[in-house]
Amino acid sequence: MPKPPQAERSHQTERPMIEIRNVTRNYGSFKALDDASLTIKEGEFFSLLGPSGCGKTTLLRMIAGFDNPTSGLISVDGQSMEGIPANRRPTNMVFQSYAIFPHLNVEQNVAYGLKRLRLERSEEKRRVEEALAQVSLTGLGKRLATELSGGQRQRVALARALVMRPKVLLLDEPLSALDKKLREQMQVELRRLQQAVGITFVLVTHDQYEALAMSDRIAVMFGGRIAQVASPKEIYQRPVNRQVADFLGGMNFVKAEIVEENGASLVLDTLGFGRVKTDKPRAFVRNGGAATLGIRPERLRVLWDNATAKFEVAGKVVERHYFGEITHLIVEIPGLEKPLSVTETNDFGADDIPVGTSIRLAYDPEALVAMAD
Amino acid sequence: MTAAAEGSPTFGTTRARRNALLQSEPVQGFALISPTFLYALVLLVLPILVVVAHSFWTQNYLTIDRTFTLENYRVALTEPIYRDLLWRSLYISLMVSFFTVVLAYPIAYFISFHGGRHKSLWLFLITIPFWTSYLLRVMSWKVILGYNGVLNSGLMGLGVIDEPSTALLYNSSAVIITLTHAWAAFAILPIFVSLEKIDRTLVEAAKDLGDGPIRSFLRVTLPLSTPGIISAALIVMIPTVGDYVTPKLVGGKDGVMIANAIQAQFGKASNWPLGAALSVTTMLIVTLMAGATVLIIRAAQRLAR
Repeated sequence: MPKPPQAERSHQTERPMIEIRNVTRNYGSFKALDDASLTIKEGEFFSLLGPSGCGKTTLLRMIAGFDNPTSGLISVDGQSMEGIPANRRPTNMVFQSYAIFPHLNVEQNVAYGLKRLRLERSEEKRRVEEALAQVSLTGLGKRLATELSGGQRQRVALARALVMRPKVLLLDEPLSALDKKLREQMQVELRRLQQAVGITFVLVTHDQYEALAMSDRIAVMFGGRIAQVASPKEIYQRPVNRQVADFLGGMNFVKAEIVEENGASLVLDTLGFGRVKTDKPRAFVRNGGAATLGIRPERLRVLWDNATAKFEVAGKVVERHYFGEITHLIVEIPGLEKPLSVTETNDFGADDIPVGTSIRLAYDPEALVAMAD
Repeated sequence: MTAAAEGSPTFGTTRARRNALLQSEPVQGFALISPTFLYALVLLVLPILVVVAHSFWTQNYLTIDRTFTLENYRVALTEPIYRDLLWRSLYISLMVSFFTVVLAYPIAYFISFHGGRHKSLWLFLITIPFWTSYLLRVMSWKVILGYNGVLNSGLMGLGVIDEPSTALLYNSSAVIITLTHAWAAFAILPIFVSLEKIDRTLVEAAKDLGDGPIRSFLRVTLPLSTPGIISAALIVMIPTVGDYVTPKLVGGKDGVMIANAIQAQFGKASNWPLGAALSVTTMLIVTLMAGATVLIIRAAQRLAR
C-alpha cells in the first residue's frame, strides 16, 4: 500500500494523547458506556461515530470533565484526569449549540479564556486576532453574538477553543446545525485547520460521511460499546459486523456457510456467489457454521452487452431509482432470498435500463467481506 | 334619483371597507384589549388625572378653589417635614429592594439550578405565606420584634441581653425588615425566570475555558440574570415607596413614610390639593429613581465584563 504524502500527517505521532481504560458510565440501571477502551494518538483527527444514545457524547463529556466515569480511567497526555475538574483540564470543547456568550461580542467571546491567564494586553489582542484569522472571521470582532449567522457562530466557538491552545480539541456534533452545503464546506475547512494547528481533534458525530471525510481514525459505537476502531477506509471496506456495515452506507448481506477457517482466511459457501475465499476479520468470532457475506452496492457493476468478467452473477432488474449522477438498481438473483442493491453511475445509461431486464453483474472477490453472524 | 343611483354601489364598498377594517390586525388587537383597556382608563388614568388636577387647586375650608396655583408644590418641596418623609421613604424602599434582591437571589438560584424535578414544588412553597392576610404577616413581625417578643425573649434566654431591647420595633429598621420579608416572593419569581432562561451549556463553556464555579457565576450567570435583578428591584421598590400600612403598624414615629402624610392630607387634615401635590411629587421621584436604578445596574454589568 502506498504511503500517504508526508504533509498529510506532519503532526501525527505514535505517542498516545488520550487513553481510555475500561471506562463504564451508569445512569441508574442504564449503561451509557460499557467497558470502553481506546487510545487516541497525538495530532490525530479522531471521530466517535454512532447513532444517538450510543454513548459517544457521554465519552466526550467525560474527557472534557463534565461527567465522571462510574469506573475506569481516562488520562490525557499521560496524566490521569481523575478528580480534575473541567476548568483545569488541557482540553477545550466546541459545543453542539456553540454556547456563544450572548452578552459579549465576538472578540470578548474569543478572549474569554485568556483573561484568566493575565496576558499583556497586546499579547492577548494578538492571540485573539490570530484565532479569528484561523477561522476566517477577521474584522468581525466587534459584532454581537446575536448578529452572527449559524456558520459564523460555529467559527467563533472554534476560535474561542483554539485560542487556548489546548492539547485536545473536543467537538460535539459541531456541524449538525448547519445546512448541507455549509456543512460540506466546513468539513473540508475543519480538516485543513486541524492539519495546520496540529492539535488532537476528537469529533463526535452521527453522520458517517462526515466521519469518513475528516478523520484519521474512527471508533464506531453501538449501545455503549465500541464496535470497531480503524481508519475510515478499513471501517468502510472491512466492517467487523453487520451493524457497523449497515451504519456506514449500504451493504448487501448474503447468507453464507463456513466451509473452512484458518488463521487469516475463511472459505465460505454462498448461493449467489458460490464458494468464496476471504480475509478473516480481526475480531471474527465464529457463531456455529453460519456467517454473512457482504458486498457494497457500488462494488457491483452492470455488464453491458456481451462483456464478460471473471466473477459475475446474473439476475433481473425489479426496481430502478434515479438519483441524478447515479441510479440504484434492485436486482433479483435466483437463489438469493433478498435482491441485491446495485449503485451504478449514469455514464453508460444505467438510468435507462428497463425494469424486468435480465442483466449480469460483475464483482471483484476482494470486495466481498465476511462478517460474523 | 341620482343620489340613489350613486348610493347603491357605494353601499357595497363601505360594507367591504368595514369588513376589511374589522379584519385588520390592529383593530382586532384593540378589540381584544378593549375590556382591560377601558378598565384601566376608568380606574387608573381618570383617578390620576383627578389627582393631578387637584394638585393645582386650593382647599378653601369646605370648598375647593379651582384657580391654578403652584402653592401646593412649593409646600411639598420646601416644607422640611415632607422633604424628610420623602427622603426616608426613598431610603427605606431602596434598602428594602436591595435586601430583598440580595436575599431572593440565592433562593431563586437554588431552585433554578438545584431544584431538579421539584422546581414547581419549591415555587409553590414560596407562595404559602401569601395565603394569609398581609395584615397578619405584619402583625406577626410585631410579635417577633416587640418588647416581649420572640426575638427579645430569645436573646434574653441566651443571656445576650439583660433587658428587652426597644430598638427592634417602631423605627425604620422594623419597616425595612417587615417589607423585605413581605416582598421576597415578588423578587424571587423574576430572578428565577431569568435564571431559568440561561442556557446551561454557557456555564459549561465558561468552566471549559478555565473558570471555577465562582468566576463562571460572576462572568456568565450573574450578567445574564441582570434583567431579572432589575425587574425584581423595580417590582419591590416602586410599591414600597408608597406603602403606609407597614409604617403605621411597625414604624412608630421614626418609621412614618410619605404615604402616611398623604393619607393624612386626604383624611384628617382634609387638604386634598396638598395631598395630591405630594402624591404627584412622589410619583415623579419614584419614576426617576426607577430609571436611575436601571441605568446603574446596567452600568455595573458593563463594568464587570
